[in-house]
Amino acid sequence: MPDVQALVNEFLNKLKKRKIEGSQATAKQTAELLRSVISQQRVPRTNQAGALIDAVRAIGEQLIVANPIELAVGNIVRRVLHIIREEDLSLTTAAVAELNLSTVSDDDDDGGGGDQDDRPVLSAAAVAAAARNTLRPPSLQMLLEGAPDFVAVPRSSSSGGDSEGKSKSMDRNSRTRKLKHDIIEAVNELIQDITTCHELIAEQAVEHIHQNEVILTLGSSKTVLEFLCAAKEKKRSFRVFVAEGAPRYQGHLLAKELVARGLQTTLITDSAVFAMISRVNMVIVGSHAVMANGGVIAPVGMNMVALAAQKHAVPFVVLAGSHKVILVYIGASTCRGPMLCPLYPHNPEVLLNELRSPSELLDFGEFSDCLDFGSGDGSPLLHVVNPTFDYVPPKAVSLFITDTGGHNPSYMYRLIADYYSADDLVVQRRHAAGN
Amino acid sequence: MKFRSLRQIGFTDYAPISSFFPSSAVAMGAQKKGSSRVTEDAEELARNPLQAILLADSFTTKFRPITLERPKVLLPLVNVPMIDYTLAWLESAGVEEVFIFCCAHSRQVMDYLESSGWHKQPNFTVAMIESNNSISAGDALRLIYERNVIHGDFVLVSGDTVSNMSLTHAVKEHKERRKKDNNAVMTMVIKKSKPSPVIHQSRLGTDELFMAIDPDTKQLLCYEERGEHPRGAISLENSLLADNPSISLHNDKQDCYIDICSQEVLSLFTDNFDYQHLRRHFVKGLLVDDIMGYKIFTHEIHSSYAARIDNYRSYDTISKDIIQRWTYPFVPDVRFSANCTTKLEREGMYKAPEIQQSRSAHIGPFTVIGKGTRIGDDSRITHSVIGEGCTIGSNVSIVGSYIWNNVTIEDGCELRHAIVCDGVIIKAAATLEPGVVLSFKVVIGREFVVPAYSKVSLFQQPTAQDSDEELEYADSSSGAIDPSIADAGNKLNGDIVSESSQIQDWSTSQLGPGGAGFIWSACDGGCEEEWRHSVAPIPTDQLAKALLAIEEDSEIVKVSDSALTPSGELEPGSDDDDSDNMDDSNVDTVDFEKEAEATFLRAAQDNIAVDDLILEMNSLRLSYNKSAGDCTGALFYPMMKLALESPHNTAVELQKNVASVVSKWHKLFEVLAKEVDDQIELIMKFEEMCLESTKEFAPIFSQILYLLYEREIIGEEAILRWDDERKDADESDRVFVKQSEKFIQWLREADEEED
Repeated sequence: MPDVQALVNEFLNKLKKRKIEGSQATAKQTAELLRSVISQQRVPRTNQAGALIDAVRAIGEQLIVANPIELAVGNIVRRVLHIIREEDLSLTTAAVAELNLSTVSDDDDDGGGGDQDDRPVLSAAAVAAAARNTLRPPSLQMLLEGAPDFVAVPRSSSSGGDSEGKSKSMDRNSRTRKLKHDIIEAVNELIQDITTCHELIAEQAVEHIHQNEVILTLGSSKTVLEFLCAAKEKKRSFRVFVAEGAPRYQGHLLAKELVARGLQTTLITDSAVFAMISRVNMVIVGSHAVMANGGVIAPVGMNMVALAAQKHAVPFVVLAGSHKVILVYIGASTCRGPMLCPLYPHNPEVLLNELRSPSELLDFGEFSDCLDFGSGDGSPLLHVVNPTFDYVPPKAVSLFITDTGGHNPSYMYRLIADYYSADDLVVQRRHAAGN
Repeated sequence: MKFRSLRQIGFTDYAPISSFFPSSAVAMGAQKKGSSRVTEDAEELARNPLQAILLADSFTTKFRPITLERPKVLLPLVNVPMIDYTLAWLESAGVEEVFIFCCAHSRQVMDYLESSGWHKQPNFTVAMIESNNSISAGDALRLIYERNVIHGDFVLVSGDTVSNMSLTHAVKEHKERRKKDNNAVMTMVIKKSKPSPVIHQSRLGTDELFMAIDPDTKQLLCYEERGEHPRGAISLENSLLADNPSISLHNDKQDCYIDICSQEVLSLFTDNFDYQHLRRHFVKGLLVDDIMGYKIFTHEIHSSYAARIDNYRSYDTISKDIIQRWTYPFVPDVRFSANCTTKLEREGMYKAPEIQQSRSAHIGPFTVIGKGTRIGDDSRITHSVIGEGCTIGSNVSIVGSYIWNNVTIEDGCELRHAIVCDGVIIKAAATLEPGVVLSFKVVIGREFVVPAYSKVSLFQQPTAQDSDEELEYADSSSGAIDPSIADAGNKLNGDIVSESSQIQDWSTSQLGPGGAGFIWSACDGGCEEEWRHSVAPIPTDQLAKALLAIEEDSEIVKVSDSALTPSGELEPGSDDDDSDNMDDSNVDTVDFEKEAEATFLRAAQDNIAVDDLILEMNSLRLSYNKSAGDCTGALFYPMMKLALESPHNTAVELQKNVASVVSKWHKLFEVLAKEVDDQIELIMKFEEMCLESTKEFAPIFSQILYLLYEREIIGEEAILRWDDERKDADESDRVFVKQSEKFIQWLREADEEED
């Protein structure tokens, strides 16, 4: 599949060189790429889901390595993997139901040594019932019952009993096509979700923004812009304070946009946030990613705003599309052997941050004499550090507004269970093991 | 055919891709706004894809002896070959076709590019142009012109450029200028960077650069490197001042060696076959000779980074800039080329995977450690770059050094500000002093101390029989290596047997027991200048020396100001060395005074008539553009000295001497010191002389003053005003006033009587 490889390479390049900015654009492009990967992927007769998962996983691995800071890539890869598993599961369970639970060996063959062979029939039936109810099950049950199975089953045991008669080959053929079709449908839905998540979030604006309120935001986020404008369109009259978001000053752009849409806007410096917060009714900000524990990775300066809001008991609301919700794990590069654990703030190693060029802070030419390495002991006295992100702990966040509604920070792990399967949390597992 | 059409699609994609270039958000907003114009330009660009010429040969010998074995562009800079930085930047800046010109070690460059995957980039074509006999950038460009591959404006860079600037803006500026003025053939990228006031070189180790730029049109009017003008004087042509109403003269601009050129540049090189060096010949030629009225313009970048690795010092500086992320996104933890994943940890520590580090090892800030490196107990590493697969023993101290791949450093070594190339072995307890360069596969013996600034290579230093001219241009590594060196190289790099026998030979070598390699002596008589361009920071004693030299300079001026010049006009700012005009006039003054003194003494010796001397002094005065006051000052000193030098025993005799000298020359002063101000200056001058240089006059100050009054050299008014001025002065300054109190009293009384 040379075409796909070319596409992948191109996307990899963009990721590597940080040419794609913003988690939504990244998420969408990742999903589109993976869709074409799936549609091009040749599926073997047996273990179709396994083959697809392997293909997506292999590409996902490359994508994540290309830009480990852009968490949306990993999220989408995991989402797609989850979709494949779910679709496969629902088809299998449907088939099992049709066959009316004939034999155990038959079930083995159908699974083709994939993820769900060796599963006790009773359990499969139970999951099937759950799976048929909805495409995206609130799968506490699945977590409890299915997850251990997923982890326990080694994929190499796929030899399976292929010697079974050809009586079912027709059936399998149609299922292959159906599986791929269903998966692509679901991925399309995902892409649709990503593109419309702004609107879904913005729809809830009227419930949160009330008449004559003062809203504070930091930096620029498209989601926040849409959110505020949605409230404005519903004839709410309110004022917005925009902290400029140094050093990139995206707040200036946001202020410009807001004014263009007819909102009363006040631009303040970041350092004036604390002074202004007592007059603010609600802080609404965007985010880069949301952690499993409800913590937020957001543009630099956000923690300061959150603390100021906490001090004055002002609600701190974070808008996040569900593609931003992730479960962070500690990979093998920081501690030996992969292990799953959510991020906690006292573990600075996992705090993924991107240090951008210091030239955003100051003019190199003006300070060139401070950066002369030729004198003294060869190290300059001036260092300039320009981090991109801040970590806001979950206790500072009052509410998350996602495309599925408002959630408490403590509820985030449940959302994750809905969107990701535990098996995919470490996409890089093999990579890590190789290290 | 299919490929072709694919590429066509790629071109139309060009504009949006380039706008993705990491610029500030404000700039991105601006670009979005001007989208209609962008598409228009995109159409234009679709017809003419942006091309670039990358010179993968520096045509200098500054990186010898390393460049004997590997071309400069493939030397690792923070563990990535330099050429990767240049290519990655060109690719991200929207250049679509790059012609890499290689000459020295062209095989290696081509092999590297084959393996590196730059050929597989979408929308980015890399083509090689190989030559074996080019010895300069001029030759290279002439060859490219013959190939006829450049079809429009192109970017000219060398393969050792590190930058993250956006070319779109500069290219657009260049194109728009071209539309208006067809003679604008080149746009030179410059960046603000202040040179060190002490040693007069930029932070990149290049000479101070003076540029005259028209502030409105940004046209480059003058380009002078300080190296060519040791006294810091640059000359501007009168016509330049006449033609341009305003000129700004900069010495705080750094030339980034990134040029956006029109096709004419290539043909100009072909027409002027003696052009070799891009700056020294081409730019100078265009500016000075004014060929066909071609013009060069400048484009200044502010927030983005651009620099070229010219010498070891810039290697050091740029490495540190990269580690401090000025070159973002071309930093170690972003995979912009085939480099491996590196993780940025606290305090600017970059670590690749698979590092084995002892718990007791201390890795300091701003350090890069490559993949698979092992570091032993209690070793300390700060401000350094360590390559892949190195083995570092215990108790090793590494400060500010660049260690390339597969280097073995045994226990207890000490490295400070050194460059250590691939495969070097440093045996236990050896020491590298600052500025050392160890070329490939050198072995340093046990407990050997490599002296500062020495360069060590397995190759013997070529005998310096080549003339300077040739050394300048001929890259020794350009395929035309001396046969002896080539032989040595074959032997060393070839079979192991001969290598082991070689090592046998080395056992008695210059590098301690078990060492292998030759220490190169500093060539080109640049021994004392070695510290300027090495990786090591400038030693404090050199800085002090440079500072002293400056002080001495200004001291001479100061002394001459106080002792010789009668006027105080020059004193303010005379020790202010950054103002070159001031310097010039001071230099002039010193020269003038010397000349005047010499003239006077000659006249005294040869008994030339006073009138003739006056004539001579006047012409001297005019030629130096000095006032009459300066003249008297300059003459008074030698006159008094003359009196002092003639034999005398007592003060009375001295006074007689003075009287005779004054009586001989009084006419000179009558003519020259007509004004009262001049006369006051003369008194003050005399005062200073008595205090500092010729203390013998001090006791007889008042007598001599009277003498001068009598001879009408100094008028009554001058003396009285001098007295008035000194009234508020310190006690110490009033010594002579007191001494001549009676005389002044007498003058005043006489004055009143007259009234």
